[in-house]
Amino acid sequence: MKIHEYQAKELFGAFSIPVPRERVAASPAEAVSFARELGLPVVIKAQVLVGGRGKAGGVCKVSSPGEVETEAGRILGMTIKGLRVGKVLVAECVDVKAEYYVGIIVDRVSRRPVLMASAAGGVEIEEVARTSPGKILKAVIEPSIGLPAFQARNIGMALFGDAKPAREFTLIAQKLYRLFVERDCSLVEINPLVRLGDGGLLALDAKVNFDDNALFRHPENEGLRDESAEEPREVEAKAAGLSYIKLSGNVGCVVNGAGLAMATMDMIKRYGGEPANFLDVGGSSSPEKMVTAMRIILSDPNVRTILVNIFGGITRCDDIAAGLLQATKEADIRVPLVARLTGTNAEKAREMLRGSRVTPAGTMAEAVKKAVELAGGAR
Amino acid sequence: MSILIDRSTRLIVQGITGRDGAFHARAMRDYGTQVVAGVTPGKGGQQVDSIPVFDSVEEAAQKTGANASIIFVPAGFAADAMLECVAAGLKLVVCISEGVPTLDMVRVLDYARQRETRILGPNCPGAISPGKAKVGIMPAASFTPGCVGVVSRSGTLTYEIATNTGEFGQSTVVGIGGDPVIGTTFLDCLEMFNADIETRAIVIVGEIGGTDEERAAEWVKANCRKPVFGFIAGQTAPADKRMGHAGAIISGGSGTAAEKIKAFTTAGIEIVYEPQELPGLLKARL
Repeated sequence: MKIHEYQAKELFGAFSIPVPRERVAASPAEAVSFARELGLPVVIKAQVLVGGRGKAGGVCKVSSPGEVETEAGRILGMTIKGLRVGKVLVAECVDVKAEYYVGIIVDRVSRRPVLMASAAGGVEIEEVARTSPGKILKAVIEPSIGLPAFQARNIGMALFGDAKPAREFTLIAQKLYRLFVERDCSLVEINPLVRLGDGGLLALDAKVNFDDNALFRHPENEGLRDESAEEPREVEAKAAGLSYIKLSGNVGCVVNGAGLAMATMDMIKRYGGEPANFLDVGGSSSPEKMVTAMRIILSDPNVRTILVNIFGGITRCDDIAAGLLQATKEADIRVPLVARLTGTNAEKAREMLRGSRVTPAGTMAEAVKKAVELAGGAR
Repeated sequence: MSILIDRSTRLIVQGITGRDGAFHARAMRDYGTQVVAGVTPGKGGQQVDSIPVFDSVEEAAQKTGANASIIFVPAGFAADAMLECVAAGLKLVVCISEGVPTLDMVRVLDYARQRETRILGPNCPGAISPGKAKVGIMPAASFTPGCVGVVSRSGTLTYEIATNTGEFGQSTVVGIGGDPVIGTTFLDCLEMFNADIETRAIVIVGEIGGTDEERAAEWVKANCRKPVFGFIAGQTAPADKRMGHAGAIISGGSGTAAEKIKAFTTAGIEIVYEPQELPGLLKARL
């Protein structure tokens, strides 16, 4: 789960990580009053849950109240990568001497948290990793020990070449690690961490992602969720215990298991079609879940046909068939349905679907071919 | 031979008094697995289908000589269940539970490493050595004894692939799980399959996210003497979207299917584009 920069900065504040003086505004008038309070010039930053807002024109420096009003008004009306900007951050301007990167993630290979830092701040770390991986300094953190000062200090010394900022860096890194662990984060990032004219360090930007699996024990994290940034169909699906992601094609898919769902999408593409969605109905699917799945898929006007691909294990094919039959009664299914059901109780399911408007298929390949054909054929 | 589990596996089922635990305990025992105990704290002394239930893993292991455990407890309790197995000195722990917090896994795996316990999962279907033992939730009818080792990050896709090994059957099929931080990797399974005399060919079923497939490919190129086949799911997955599995995400342009297919090809791993191609490919190499 992602949160906004201003929310991440508030968290930083709670962990005493230094941030600029700033306020979040929802209207141009508010922005003007905050700018007056902070003292001009100020920086106005769009609050959206995607990267690249600077390039999109969502960040600017302004020096008069009139300019604050115009620019805040412009940014508040913007849509960046499909997301509407609902809030802007109004921040004091600071005297930046140098920019750095610092972040913590869990490394999948060492299976431990890793502190990463680089003197190439302000640039996406993935970009640095691609072009000059040698510029990224790393410290693998032993989970039983945490982040000891020496580990952070060594990175600080390599970054600054001077003990004073290295000491300050050490404190910031340790606080960042404490935040990472205490709030079950999947990412904490300061990019850039800036060194000021007076030598101090400041988190000019902040990014915090929470581990979705740990949200159950962090109601305080859940409270920071911005649902307006989520696709409504994906939210509805999640509430029903389904995993749905909208894509741009016209073959709707209902599959059990994430791997098989992706493989089904891939095969649709391979046979010349385009998948309309990713949908995993999960294990032990009840008929009701199937009805919801069908309704969500059909709410996408691009869908021309629906492909059901089930490999029964815990999921029983007869449950799926019952759900399909119920859906054909309850929902207005205006498109052809192709179903391939195999595994647990598949025979019973085939028997149930006989005479219905569901077109049966024996194998995954056969089902995909039929579905692509019914959606208007290969392109 | 086979890997991870066989007729000598003596299994504890943690969460045996729950719906899933009870159902799968029965299914595994019916398959021939030695299910020797169940554990549910507070329900010691009961029986589930005549399998004795204990309050703790330590007690269950002491009284029954169990050497492995399978976990069906809710995600919030899974880390504790795994730690309990490590402390009791079990050699293999299979965690089926989905939704275990990543930092819980970091701590569990740190302890497991110190005590030399192998963790499989979490968020995985388990493992099956057809005809010998099943420690997992897969439908037994999809598997037949044979010589192909299958290792996968998926569940149902694994069943689909295993079914397509046709007449060759499988030595062991391992689902390593779809989470970003897992106990047993492709690499671990490849080493075991390479050393297993019964396994004559290996199929890796990967998906987008992470670099586990790339590391596996490097190892295959340098060390593997058996034919290896690779399937990668998620060629049509969009970037920055989590595709059902917590670990299946293309982030920062890294972890794409194209990268993984390239790594496989470079390492001499034959790409399987559609599951039904597998019998033909196997026939050509075995």
